[in-house]
Amino acid sequence: MLIDVHAHFHTNLSPRADWQAVNARRLAIGQRIGITAHVASILGSWGARSPIYFPSKEDVEHANDAMLALCRAHPKLVYGYCVVNPNETEHALHEIDRRVAAGMIGVKLAASRRANDPLLDPIAALAGGRGVPILHHIWQHRRREWPGQEASDAFELCELAARHPATRFILAHLGGGGDWEHTLRVVPDVANVWVDLSGSGLDNGMLEAALEAVGPRRLLWGADITLDTGLAKLRYLESLGLPADDLAAIRATNAQAIFPEGCFR
Amino acid sequence: MIVDVATFVGAYPFRVLPGATPDALVGQMDRLGIDAAWVGDLGAPWHRDPRAANRNLDVLVAPHAPRLIPIPTVHPGLPAWEEDLQAAADAGAPGVRTYPMQQVVDPAGTAVQGLVQAAAALQLAVVLTVRFEDLRQRHPLDSVPDLPASAVRALARCDAGARLVVTHANRDFIEEVHFGLTPDEFRRVLWDISWVWGPPDDDLATLLGTVGEERFALGTGMPLRIGDGAFAKLDLLEGSEGRLDRLTGGNLRGWLK
Repeated sequence: MLIDVHAHFHTNLSPRADWQAVNARRLAIGQRIGITAHVASILGSWGARSPIYFPSKEDVEHANDAMLALCRAHPKLVYGYCVVNPNETEHALHEIDRRVAAGMIGVKLAASRRANDPLLDPIAALAGGRGVPILHHIWQHRRREWPGQEASDAFELCELAARHPATRFILAHLGGGGDWEHTLRVVPDVANVWVDLSGSGLDNGMLEAALEAVGPRRLLWGADITLDTGLAKLRYLESLGLPADDLAAIRATNAQAIFPEGCFR
Repeated sequence: MIVDVATFVGAYPFRVLPGATPDALVGQMDRLGIDAAWVGDLGAPWHRDPRAANRNLDVLVAPHAPRLIPIPTVHPGLPAWEEDLQAAADAGAPGVRTYPMQQVVDPAGTAVQGLVQAAAALQLAVVLTVRFEDLRQRHPLDSVPDLPASAVRALARCDAGARLVVTHANRDFIEEVHFGLTPDEFRRVLWDISWVWGPPDDDLATLLGTVGEERFALGTGMPLRIGDGAFAKLDLLEGSEGRLDRLTGGNLRGWLK
């Protein structure tokens, strides 16, 4: 079993005309790689009507509708995160409520509000109460503001995680750009944060350092935008001579443990 | 024969890289099935004078000849850089590396053009590196911008015999250079695939169709990056065994003739 905990799909609102082909390609390439579950989100209208990381309420609803449609079109293969913008707090809580009830298995927080902001507390509490993890977009060591997003780094996510010990958090794309060494200094003692290995970054030493920092039971395999780099990291992990249980944990069993019980059957 | 045109050994200034020794590089090559590699010294781009690093590189890789092929660094802003170039030719190197951004030399200026022209006269390729790390993760003191695409265009145009191997470029960069050159010019530029994305966006497949399959060679970027990246995207490509042979060595061999 191989679970991609960080996948994305597009919709007819996405700015790219080939959105259907890209979605189909993700599934086709996923099959070649051996992905048995794509846990995915759609980031609003991908910038077409509202910014990718600051989606409007309308784009949030459109994205979650489309994500659920994909889940229904590909049962037992595609699973959904509920995307929300915490600045629209009541709307976000309502979305999580109804989308989890409809079958979504996680919450996706991107970069609309800093992770340690109190505005995220009710969202984190609700996700914990519903038993679904939060995948949080992270900029590995954010030294400054970057345009287009109110990005958070590991420090900020871990502050939120410390306030919500019963909620499970996934720190997004360790390989997604930024200083992953900084992140790996922050996360070891925060037991309710798992690290997803996705992203286009293929830095030599990153996977070994992640294993050393948090161990194989808190690492999650994922691809994010680039499936080829996901495959590369998977192959490299396989070359490290890890015990079979540890490799299986990174591939799937860790994810099975933090998402709602039995959802990947 | 599978040849990797983008590998290094030696100390990187901004972090300790596992596997930066020749033995470790050969170990990774064995694991990945790479027969030979063009190898640069990873510290040389930041040295005031790369000559000592070149000598050290020769010593380091000699036990692994002919699999590890040293590609010395030339700093065209230094006096007597022509001697370093000639030494590379005398040693039988297929090319030399130069790093105008790290050496703080105008990347399209007369010094680098002079190097490209002199290398052309000796039938040596010039290896250019667009970047070493993603801009978002660099050390605060590593404020060197990426090599600009405009410089590669200027260098490709500066001599009818100029031959450039450009490593660590992404799709946008490659397109901006390729479609800004004449067919005679772009045939003298070879790209490595290490920073080109694969599926689902399929930048590599797109470039093979638009820029041309014959314009690409295998590059892994080891030990900065894990070598599996290049092979994963090749394995996910549609195409024949012959295509893979060309991309992993055949194109390079044909281009060097």
